[in-house]
Amino acid sequence: MLDYDFMRQAFAAGGIVAVLSGLVGYFLVLRGQTFAGHALSHVGFTGATGAILFGLSPLAGLVGFTVLAGIGMGLLGEKLSARDVAIGMMLSLALGLGLLFLHFYTAYATEATALLFGNVLAVGPSALLSLAVLSGLSLLALGLIARPLLFSSLQPELAEAKGVPLRTLSVAFLVIVGVAVAECAQIVGVLLVFTLMVGPAAAAQNCTSRFGLGLGLAALLALGEAWGGIILAWETDWPTSFWITCLSGIAYLGSLLVGWLARRGAGIVRPVPLVAQTSSSAE
Amino acid sequence: MTAIAFENVTLKLGARTIVSGVDLAIGAGEFVGLLGPNGAGKTTLLRAILGLLQPSAGAIRLFGAAPLKGDRRIGYMPQHRVAAATRSLTGWDYVASAAGGWRWGLPRLSAAERDEVGWALETVGAADLARRPLMALSGGERQRLLISQALLGRPKLLLLDEPLISLDPSRQQSTVDLVKRLQAEFGMTVLFSAHELNPLLGAMDRVLYLGNGHAMLGTVDEVVTGPSLSRLYGAPIEVLRLGRRLFVVSGDIEVEAGAHRHDACAHHDHAGHGAAEHHHA
Repeated sequence: MLDYDFMRQAFAAGGIVAVLSGLVGYFLVLRGQTFAGHALSHVGFTGATGAILFGLSPLAGLVGFTVLAGIGMGLLGEKLSARDVAIGMMLSLALGLGLLFLHFYTAYATEATALLFGNVLAVGPSALLSLAVLSGLSLLALGLIARPLLFSSLQPELAEAKGVPLRTLSVAFLVIVGVAVAECAQIVGVLLVFTLMVGPAAAAQNCTSRFGLGLGLAALLALGEAWGGIILAWETDWPTSFWITCLSGIAYLGSLLVGWLARRGAGIVRPVPLVAQTSSSAE
Repeated sequence: MTAIAFENVTLKLGARTIVSGVDLAIGAGEFVGLLGPNGAGKTTLLRAILGLLQPSAGAIRLFGAAPLKGDRRIGYMPQHRVAAATRSLTGWDYVASAAGGWRWGLPRLSAAERDEVGWALETVGAADLARRPLMALSGGERQRLLISQALLGRPKLLLLDEPLISLDPSRQQSTVDLVKRLQAEFGMTVLFSAHELNPLLGAMDRVLYLGNGHAMLGTVDEVVTGPSLSRLYGAPIEVLRLGRRLFVVSGDIEVEAGAHRHDACAHHDHAGHGAAEHHHA
């Protein structure tokens, strides 16, 4: 199966994107911002279809729109958190606009499917290079802000008091999320971004209560799911994205079991209720 | 030496005046209880001391200088709330995130920072707790972790925002005793906010009462009297003494009702804030 160029490229692209998604997703789940990831992917759809309409590469449109939307969401910050309906309307509008762009560009119906559900087997050498460069830059940026990001994710008020620039950090993080979402959409499509960004991260957090271990496990799970999906697609000739969602779902269910067994082992019958945080994480 | 000084300070949130004309001086090493109903501006006052809110009039002095954002001499414990997604992390990770957490780069602690976290946890007797995930800890145990976190960097001034909220009475007392012990041991100045007076009675040197946009600082005997509080609130207030406990009553409504009510239920963490605010509405 590795004799074919397109398969080697698929593994490379899947691997690059999965690691980035797993790591970024871990912070996304920790911050209770999974909804932001979901929202950005919808906006990305508009960007991608617009780019196709104007003869640009869909990836450029995706990244451009998700990054801009990420900046906007970061700047609005708290003001957005209680506005599910407003955000939902914006998302519907974005998807609708994307549909209109597709309508004007009638030549490829497959393009729409690829955008919505991904097509990792179609990633060419130039797209692979773009993915690698964007991933590298994103990981570098994430590495740079990881420490204050963790601090402010766990305790925003305390971090602010210690001089952490919350707003700047939030914008920077959502830009990174924007890039990760755009990359992820190349593999599993805008509708299934959740499966590779949130699934592995949430599963990792169910399995371990250590930060470092969880972060590593999230990246590893995402990688395993992406590569596993490609292998299963090769064996069955079913869509890769289907297999990735399957593996992601199995990993998540498995993590619930692991978490339950671990709690039972530690003698914790049921989690002690905590102060509920009202945030945009209404997932 | 004066740790905190307010000179004719007015604090506003947007267009809303929270407190005005506040003059006070808190000496180094004092334990001051910051009292007042919800919404009286306790958190706002603490944020101004932290340099996160500029007074719209007057000046605040911290050890003789204007407050600075990110002042390492201040240990701060914000009002307790743990986001659902972070409760799977261990107490250690939670506490350690604050050690040098403002520095850029990867969240890797230096040996000195690890020692500091270990010391802070030992000091409050929470080293064992820190090995468990937050969701496996009780409200009082989590509160102890947060107090140890506030000790990181060995602060000279400790600002604690409602550490007693949603704790049952015996936990409240042990938390106050812990802070009192730490204050004596390290010679810190402590500003401890609460919406109920009684748990703090044995521990505090003076009380800072907020209400009706004004502030009053003095000993409990000076401040917590009917005439004083009536002047502060601009409404008739009575103080009832029952054994060693004090109850502040306005008409037939007890002003500090919130804390008593939700003492009753065992697992009320989730309802703590809402309930307290509700009673004062």
